[in-house]
Amino acid sequence: MIQVDKVNFEEEVLQAEGPVLVDFWSPNCEPCMALLPDIEALEKKYGDRIKFCKLNVVGNRRLAISQKVLGLPTICIYKNGEKAAGLTGEEASAVGIEAMVREHV
Amino acid sequence: MAASTGMRMYDVIIVGAGPAGLCAALYSSRSRLSTLVLEKARPGGQASTTEWLENYPGFPKGVKGPELMEFFAAQAREFGAEIVKDEVVSVHFSPERKAVRTAKGGEYAAKTVVLCPGAEPRTLGLPGERELRGKGVSYCATCDGDFFTDLDIVVIGNGDAAVEEGMYLTRFVESATIIVVHDEGVLDATAIIRDRAFKNSKIKWIWNSVVDEICGDGIVKSVIIRNIKTNERTEFETNGVFIFVGTVPKTDFLRGAVEMDERGYVATNERMETSVDGVYCAGDARAKYLHQVITAAADGAIAAVAAEKYIHEEEGFREMVLEPASPVMVCFWSPASRESLDFMASVERIAEARAGALVLVKIDVYRNRRIAGRYGIKSLPTLAFFRGGQIVHKVEWPTTEEEVVAAAEKVVGRR
Repeated sequence: MIQVDKVNFEEEVLQAEGPVLVDFWSPNCEPCMALLPDIEALEKKYGDRIKFCKLNVVGNRRLAISQKVLGLPTICIYKNGEKAAGLTGEEASAVGIEAMVREHV
Repeated sequence: MAASTGMRMYDVIIVGAGPAGLCAALYSSRSRLSTLVLEKARPGGQASTTEWLENYPGFPKGVKGPELMEFFAAQAREFGAEIVKDEVVSVHFSPERKAVRTAKGGEYAAKTVVLCPGAEPRTLGLPGERELRGKGVSYCATCDGDFFTDLDIVVIGNGDAAVEEGMYLTRFVESATIIVVHDEGVLDATAIIRDRAFKNSKIKWIWNSVVDEICGDGIVKSVIIRNIKTNERTEFETNGVFIFVGTVPKTDFLRGAVEMDERGYVATNERMETSVDGVYCAGDARAKYLHQVITAAADGAIAAVAAEKYIHEEEGFREMVLEPASPVMVCFWSPASRESLDFMASVERIAEARAGALVLVKIDVYRNRRIAGRYGIKSLPTLAFFRGGQIVHKVEWPTTEEEVVAAAEKVVGRR
C-alpha cells in the first residue's frame, strides 16, 4: 500500500488515473489496526485494478478534515479526483469494503 | 452442510475474543481442551477501545485497555488456544455437534460452544446521526479524539462511560459540553468520576436537556438542543458529537438459536448455560447485573469450566452407558441420599450375579445433574436399564432387592 500524506495526496490520489482506495487510519484506532490485514488481503486480490493507499491521520488531520473524514476507520474510493464512495465505523468491515471495491473496478 | 467426516471436532469453540472469550479460552485450553476462538477483528473487544482501565484489579496505577487485552490473548495462546480471525455469521446446534459458519465461508464444529459476541455502542436514531457518522458523529473517543484537537465537541450521555470519555477527550479538544437530561448537578456516573469531571475546566454542562437533531452538510456544524422543562429548542454550534448512551448486545446472528430477553441479551443461569445443552454465553452479551471487564472474565472462566464438565459428563455417559451393546444397569445415587447408599449393596449383588450379561454403572446425580434431569430421575435410588443406547426399563425408589431382581430378569432373562 502506498503511504499518502499532505505532501503527495494530490498527486497519488486526486490526480491519479483510475480508482484509488484510501484507508484513513491512526495508530490509536484499534478497529483500524484490526482492519489493516483485511485491506492488505484485498490489495492482493484487486491491486491490479485499483490503487491502494493508506493515510495516517496523525499529522494529516487538516487533510482528513478537508476530505470530510472525522471518524475512523474510514475507507474511501476516489475516481477522477472526486470521492466516489466511502464506508466508516461498523460499516467498514472486510465484507463491506470488498463489496464497495467490486462496484468500482 | 459439509460432511462431518474429516472436519476437525474441537472440544470448545469460543465466539468472540473480548475479555470473556479470551478468559474462557485460557481456562479451557489450560484444561487441555482443544480450543478455537473466532474473532472478526483483533482480540480485545470493547476493552481495546478503552484508553485506560482504573478498576481492573492487579494494576494499582491502572492499565491501558489494548495492553491488558494483549496480555489476555497471550495467556490464552500460551496454553494452546487457537485464535482465528473470522466472523461467525450463523450457528447450528444439535445435541451431538455444534457447528458455526463464518463470513469467509468456513465451517467449524465442536462439542461445546461459548458465545462471547459482546456488545456495541447504542445509537440514538437522531436525525442526522447516521448521515454524519464518521463526519463528526463518533462512538469511539480513542479512535477519533485527535481529529478534534482545539475544536469544540458535545457529549451525549451522562453515565460512567460518557463522563470518562468526555474527560479523555479534553486532552485534545478546546471544550467538551456534556448534555445531561437530569437536573443541575445530577449525573448517572459514579461519585468518583462525577467529582473529577466537575473539577475539569474544559468540561461544560448543559442540564435538563436532550439533543433532538444533529445538523451539518457533509460535516457536523451544530446540534439542536431541547430543554425538557421549557421545551425550548436552541441551536448549539459544535464540531463533533460523541455519543455514549449504553450498549446493545451483538446477538442478531443468534436469534432463534438460544433464548434471549426482549433486548437481545442471552439468558443464562449462574453456570452460563444457555437454553441449549452444551452452549454457554459469557460477557457483555449475557443478561446480567454488571457489564465490566472483570465480570466478563469471570463469566468466561465459569463457562469454560461448565463446558469441560459437560464434555466429561456426556462422554463418560456415552462410553459407559449408551455405547455398549450389552445391557447396562444404571444406579442413580447420591452421597446425600441415605436410602441410595443403603441400597447399593443389594444393587452390587444383583450385578455380580449377572456378571457378563449386565454391567453396573453408578451415577452420582450431584455430579451429573444434566443426565439425571434428562432421564427424569426424581427419587433416589432409581435403577435404569439401558440397551443399545435406549432406556428399556426403570425402577424408581425400590424398597426391596426383589423389585430390582424382577426388573433385571425382564431385561436379561432369568438365571
